Amino acid sequence: MLKNWKPTKTILAAAAAITAITGFTGAAYAMRDPAYAAARANGQVGEKMDGYIGIVGAETADLRRIVNDINIQRRAVYAEKAQAANATLEEYAFTAGCLLISRTTTGEMYQAYNGGWKKRDANAPDRDPRCP
Amino acid sequence: MKRRGAIRAVLVGVMALGIGGCVTVEAPDKPIVIELNINITQEVIYRLAEDAGDTIEENSDIF
Repeated sequence: MLKNWKPTKTILAAAAAITAITGFTGAAYAMRDPAYAAARANGQVGEKMDGYIGIVGAETADLRRIVNDINIQRRAVYAEKAQAANATLEEYAFTAGCLLISRTTTGEMYQAYNGGWKKRDANAPDRDPRCP
Repeated sequence: MKRRGAIRAVLVGVMALGIGGCVTVEAPDKPIVIELNINITQEVIYRLAEDAGDTIEENSDIF
């Protein structure tokens, strides 16, 4: 019984620490905003090589708002983590971009190595050769 | 003495301009694209990969 409690305590402690540091009062491991999740699934937004998302087709005010909102938050996280890792913001964001393109699921859009948008299929994504 | 030297220097400069003519700068017909990503080395990317992976998982709502 005591053994089962340990991970929960750890997670709660981590959540408390994250809340203390960032001032963010939601759940530590929150889900994507439904509008963002839908835009991803519909291929209206895609993962770019630089670690941010972009609008794939025609721009709308709603899509622009979603993209800006996510990218501002990503930038803040990248900046903090890059500093801790003695790297530049661009280096850290680009590394994340490599991983995020790998983690796209079938049907989602990503920026291919040639700069154009591609729809993710069952094959490995077409990434920058420097990606791990 | 100092002032004379300065005047001479200015005169030499003016003469040099006269001999050399105008310097023309032509704007390129293609837009200038600065590719920042090109300076990022594979070594750095490999070093950061594990840390970046953790960051993505810890902030899953924005990734």
